[in-house]
Parts: sequence; C-alpha cells; structure tokens
Amino acid sequence: MIKFIKHPPNLFPMKYLLEIQGLYKKFGDIEVLKDINLSVERGEVVVIIGPSGSGKSTLLRCINRLEEPTAGKIFLDGIDITDKKVDINKIRQRIGMVFQQFNLFTHLTALQNVMLAPVKIKKIKKDEAERNAIKLLEKVGLGDQIHKYPAQLSGGQQQRVAIARALAMNPEVMLFDEVTSALDPELVKEVLDVMKQLARDGMTMIVVTHEMGFAREVGDRLIFMDEGVIVEEGEPIEIFRNPKNPRTKKFLSVIL
Amino acid sequence: MVGVGQFDIDLFLRILPDLAFGAFVTLELTSLSILFGLIIGSIAGLARVSKNRIFFGISTLYVEIIRGTPLLVQILIIYFGLPAIGINLRPEPAGIIALSVCSGAYIAEIVRAGIQSVPLGQMEAARSLGMSYLQSMRYIIFPQAFRNILPALGNEFIALLKDSSLLSVISIVELTRVGRQIVNTTFNAWTPFLGVALFYLMMTIPLSRLVTYSQKRIGTYEMK
Ligand SMILES: Nc1ncnc2c1ncn2[C@@H]1O[C@H](COP(=O)(O)OP(=O)(O)OP(=O)(O)O)[C@@H](O)[C@H]1O
Ligand SMILES: [Mg+2]
Repeated sequence: MIKFIKHPPNLFPMKYLLEIQGLYKKFGDIEVLKDINLSVERGEVVVIIGPSGSGKSTLLRCINRLEEPTAGKIFLDGIDITDKKVDINKIRQRIGMVFQQFNLFTHLTALQNVMLAPVKIKKIKKDEAERNAIKLLEKVGLGDQIHKYPAQLSGGQQQRVAIARALAMNPEVMLFDEVTSALDPELVKEVLDVMKQLARDGMTMIVVTHEMGFAREVGDRLIFMDEGVIVEEGEPIEIFRNPKNPRTKKFLSVIL
Repeated sequence: MVGVGQFDIDLFLRILPDLAFGAFVTLELTSLSILFGLIIGSIAGLARVSKNRIFFGISTLYVEIIRGTPLLVQILIIYFGLPAIGINLRPEPAGIIALSVCSGAYIAEIVRAGIQSVPLGQMEAARSLGMSYLQSMRYIIFPQAFRNILPALGNEFIALLKDSSLLSVISIVELTRVGRQIVNTTFNAWTPFLGVALFYLMMTIPLSRLVTYSQKRIGTYEMK
C-alpha cells in the first residue's frame, strides 16, 4: 500500500526512469547477460542478489556503458543510451556509480574528490561547488574529515566519500556494486545507514549486495540473478519468505 | 716532493675553481638533456601504451635500440657518424643530443610504467562521473602517474649525471675532462680525481636524498 502511494501510476510513456530491454552481453564466446528486461521507477530501490559470476556487476556496468552491451536497449528517461549518437559523458553525469573498491582519486583530498567533476565538467563555480561538496560530506557524516586524503581514511569513510562524490553530480539514479563487501564488518553499518537515508530521500537506486537485512528493509523490489538471467523478482519479504524458483531457494538457504 | 698517488692539499685548493666550473658544465649538460629526454620520453611513453600499432612499433624499436647499445657508442655515432651523412655538430650540441635521445628511451619506459601503475578503477571512476578519456587522463591518471614516477625520474637524472662523464671523449670540458686536464699538467692523478669524485658526490647525494624523500611522500597517499 505504502509503495503504491509513493509511486502513483503514471500513464505517460516515461513512466520508468530506467528501462532495460532485451539486454545481452558477451565476453568473447561467453554469454554473461542473457535477455535482461528490467524497468525501474523513479524513487524505486531495486536490490540485486545472486551468486558470484552471475552477471550482477556486468549488468550495472552496462547501465552506464562502462561495458558495451552486445545487444538490447537501455533507456534513461526515454533516451536510448545505447545509441552511438548519444553523448555518453553527458548520460553518465546523470547516473552515479559507487564501486566495491571505492576508487577514490588518491591524489586528491576528500573535498577535492567530491568537487572535481562538478568544477571541471559541469563548470560550476569553485566556491559554489565547494559549498555543495561540504554539505554532501556533512550529510554522509564526514564534515570533519574533508581535508584528508583517501589513505588517511578508513574503508567506511572512503566509501562514504565515494557516495558523496557520485551525489555531487546530482544524478537521477545511483548504482551500487557490492559497496560494503570490501569493508571490515564493523564499518558496514555506517555505509548502509547513508544508503538508507538516501533511499528515504527518494533517490532511485540499483543496489547489488549480499546484505540481506538491507534488501529486506530498504528494497522495494528484489531481483535474483543466476547465470546471466533474472531468475526471480518481487517484493523482498515475499521472496525471502517464499522463494518460488528452486535456484532462488538454494541460494537463499546458503546465504540466510 | 709531490708524487703520483699522494694527496696534495695545496693543489686541491688551487684546482677547486676549475673543478667547480667542470661540475657546473656537467650539471648544465645533464639538466638540458633530461629536459629534452622528458619531452621525448613522455611522447614515446604514451606511444608505448597506445593501441595504435604504428606508434607502438616505432616507440618500441626506439627503446630497444637505445637500451641495447652502450651510451659511449651512441655518443661516438652521433659525434663522428653524423658528419659522414653531412651533419656536422659541435661537441656540446652533439653531446646533448646523445644524452637526450638516450635518456628519452629510459624515461619512455618509466612513463609507460607510470601510466600502467595507476589502477584501472581510477579511470573507471573518472569515466563514471562523466569525464571524457582525455579529461580522465589529464585530471586523474597523469597526476598520479607523475607522482609515482618521480623517484624513478630522479634516479634517471642521477644516472645521466654520472654517464655524462662519457662526453669527455668528444672533448667536452665537463667535470671528468677538467680532472684529466689537471692530471696532465700536474702529474698528480690522486688529488684531481679525488676532487672530481667529490664534486660528483656533492651533486648526487642531495639528489638521492630528494628521491628518498619523494618516495616517502608517495607512501603517504598510497591506498591501503
Ligand atoms: N572484462 C571481462 N572479460 C571477460 N569476462 C568477464 C569480464 N568481466 C566479467 N567477466 C565474466 O562475466 C561473468 C559475470 O561477471 P560479473 O562480474 O558480472 O559477476 P558478478 O555477479 O558481479 O559476480 P561477483 O558476485 O563475484 O561480483 C563472470 O564469469 C566473469 O568471469
Ligand atoms: Mg560483481
């Protein structure tokens, strides 16, 4: 019911912020993604789970074309981003991505990491970009660490800077690829808390994770992938309680 | 009596100005050569990571030829060989060309390794924010690559400074040649050559301290 109120049905064609149609991805002869179809509404949080090698990262990386899809179409707000004519750099500004290994720019401070792209690419004035960056770093709980270099921060802090860096471009959708997997257990919560807040703020998110608690609490929809296909999808609680596909059942029995 | 093999403090003090002059020439030749070497090496280094086969092929050939031949031979070819094909050069320009071309090849390999030392994730993070390939190179990859290769460049400078003593064979009056000239006139080998060594050390020791310092600084920024 709550979900229905949050996303009233939209009869216009741009109902979905992100629409993936018949997506295939091959590496050489190996088919890693097979006919993926997925539509994501504005403000929706989609959680993707699945065994290692099932193609979760590849799917996320196709969405911002860090990997080139072999076939299929991906629409962002109605624009086909697989079209060779689109300016992919412009599209990527609208899609934030957070990586498992943080990938903070090691030669820049936290503040500079967050400011760089807005200043150099969006041509936002330096003082304005700085104000915005500080606000974002405060939002992820790092207001007192802004002048530190990545190497001087804990993994959890680095990952929160990485989230702030992605948010600084004002993206419409955020992609998270196992962002807590490289963290010590005691640092996982601080990152998940930031992501929960982000979800509450209405950000559209696609989250690949092994954190089932997060999936249950925050996910509007759960997707289980295996061997390059979407095996099962639905409400997280429903799937956790009553998985229909035997492969989902098997995966959950191991992980829960 | 002053014989060969005895240290003569009076002589040492008298030849100090000449040695200082020689050291200055050595430093000048080396600095100019490393500057040109950096330009050549940066271009050749970029070509070495290029997907373009022609760029890659030419730069690889260049690096292999230079690294596979002694610097002394390269100097001799450039100074005595080029006149054979109609290019006459005075010793100093010939010497600088030889050192530049040689250090360019070594610097090319340093630059290549520097670019490749930046983890792929840095490029991906930059691209995911919407930076173009060139913007990512300029703002993310090059600064980190340069920082990573600073010690290696320092070591290359030190090596080149010492190798520049080979230029004495084409009668450039740099530090080593100054020493030999003094030996020829004073018949004392021990004192002038000790002085020459001392002056090389006075240049190389501060440089290698600088290299060590820059290595430590890199450690500060390195990801865990
Ligand atoms: N660049 C590449 N070249 C060749 N094969 C690749 C490449 N990237 C991924 N693969 C293969 O594609 C398959 C899917 O990989 P992917 O990283 O998408 O899986 P994943 O679901 O994210 O796994 P994990 O949970 O381990 O991160 C794997 O078999 C992997 O080996
Ligand atoms: Mg993965």
